[in-house]
Amino acid sequence: MRKVLLPAGLLVTAVLLAALPVIGSRALVQDLFMVLCLLVLALNWNMLAGFAGLVSVGQQAFVGIGAYGMFACVILWGMDPLAGLLVGGLVAMALSVPVAFFTFRLNGAYFAIGTWAVADIARLSLGQWRALGGGTGTALPKSAVQDMPGIEAIRTLIGGSRAAAVDALTYWLALALVLAMLAASWLFLRSRMGLGLQAVRDNPVAARSVGVDPVRLKALVFLLTAFGTGICGGLLFIQIGRISPDAAFSLLDWTAFVIFIVVIGGIGTLPGPVVGVLVFYGLQRLLADYGTVYLIVLGLIGIAIMLFARRGLWGALTRRTGLDPVPLSHAAPRPAPTPDS
Amino acid sequence: MIWLDTLIQGLMLGGLYALFAAGLSLVFGIMRLVNLAHGDLIVLGAYLILGIGTATGLNPFLAAVLALPPMFALGWLLQTVLLNRVLGDDILPPLLVTFGLSVVIQNALLMGFSADSRKLPVGPVEAQSLALGPVNLGVMPLVTFASAVLVIFGLNRLFYRTALGRAFRATSDDPVTAQLMGIRPDRVFAVATGIALVVATIAALYLGARANFDPSTGPARLLYAFEAVIIGGLGSLWGTLAGGLVIGVAQAFGAALNPEWQILAGHLAFVAVLLVRPRGLFPRAND
Repeated sequence: MRKVLLPAGLLVTAVLLAALPVIGSRALVQDLFMVLCLLVLALNWNMLAGFAGLVSVGQQAFVGIGAYGMFACVILWGMDPLAGLLVGGLVAMALSVPVAFFTFRLNGAYFAIGTWAVADIARLSLGQWRALGGGTGTALPKSAVQDMPGIEAIRTLIGGSRAAAVDALTYWLALALVLAMLAASWLFLRSRMGLGLQAVRDNPVAARSVGVDPVRLKALVFLLTAFGTGICGGLLFIQIGRISPDAAFSLLDWTAFVIFIVVIGGIGTLPGPVVGVLVFYGLQRLLADYGTVYLIVLGLIGIAIMLFARRGLWGALTRRTGLDPVPLSHAAPRPAPTPDS
Repeated sequence: MIWLDTLIQGLMLGGLYALFAAGLSLVFGIMRLVNLAHGDLIVLGAYLILGIGTATGLNPFLAAVLALPPMFALGWLLQTVLLNRVLGDDILPPLLVTFGLSVVIQNALLMGFSADSRKLPVGPVEAQSLALGPVNLGVMPLVTFASAVLVIFGLNRLFYRTALGRAFRATSDDPVTAQLMGIRPDRVFAVATGIALVVATIAALYLGARANFDPSTGPARLLYAFEAVIIGGLGSLWGTLAGGLVIGVAQAFGAALNPEWQILAGHLAFVAVLLVRPRGLFPRAND
């Protein structure tokens, strides 16, 4: 029963979300685009902090690098923005190698500071790139965005302006990214490597004794999440349309919000970020008129969760009910039936 | 001669960073707590000094003295009510709690005092300078630097020469055995955080006297402070001073080459030191 219900529910939700640009308003599409992108970032950060134990506060580095990579492709080399996305993601992944070499030297909590310093280095360095507007930034040429493949087809489908079609396309890409991230996370976590990773998190000594290499696994997760975060960064800035070092490398927008989403939903659980982003969106709508109060409430909720329910809302739910619809562990082998039972 | 001047400016700036970092270093040395809200607590201290100064008409230096007891109490309370509950083997909860705290403090200050930038009015001493041989030194930077050395010296004395310091070291080395000797780690930690906030208040005084501050000033300053602690070597107070000086001098030379490179040069010095000495300049023990 459960095996059918869960995929069916997911499928219905995905189809409904996919139909949104056709049936919903443009404002809603733009809103949900942001929510989906935050969810992608949250899924990536959760893999890092929740499963690999790498608490980074510098993931905005990869958002910014992905975004700048995409801008460079479009503005300097006249490439298609969608191809730029991929290049941005690959550049972010390539740069994550030297970053990992540096930050992995720092123990535990100081890893967080190392990643933060790296993000600031990236922000200040890209602010020196005159061709992309230096410290003040630059805008993506409208023509390049509106000539993306498929825009005309989308226009005939949803019947709006070119700008609305661009919104719909970026929205669908974000949705695809979320689904890909969810599927990839689930497969990875249930794979041999994913189980090794969770074993390292739960008991590093025991994991090592059965031949799991923690550094290799963590480096792999760091690289892959840099790729995912970089692509998401590029996508965000296709939609935003304007880039500047401060916006692309914003600690608040691309890391602080993401951390709260994961913590509230349930760090170290796969559905946690999904739950978290729903709560986050609800709070945002509720408190939209009170900017600072909203952040204070988020901070207080985050602190309360860490004090009273470390696995967040999802963790509390599964513990209360004893049900885990998305199990990451494999069931233990059943004992052989004994003759007298 | 310009290089000597830049070097001295850098050392003075480094003194300020060491002041930002001293409280962090103390807390980390004793309880392995990385307090991401430290920068915002310094800014909170600056607003408290400003508030006391405006209410009583006192000079910021005197107002800062009045601000010390409430800040100590705040630190004690913070540790007792909040941070002691999340300390443990898992580094995630304390990091996330202090991160949340940072966001809360920053936005509460924004609500209370708006985003306008403020400055502490220290009076005529601000513009005075001394001619020392070939270079001119501002009095305020010199006082800041002297305070940094004095604070580090005082903390070191406290750490290695008093009964409280012995309790600090014992709890840091082995909390279980320390408990057997009648030390209560929670209380030791609460006093340590209180002292860290006293140091933060001194840092706040010089932060506010040197430049404008606003509620969002905290995180950037915190980053320099952390860099100073890390390259100084975890748990070493004199190392923290040295780390602050390295960051300050690097920033001054970066700024001399191109004003846009000031911050970048500091970060690059941080990376360079760690590439050569992964455990910092003066690591104290096996951390």
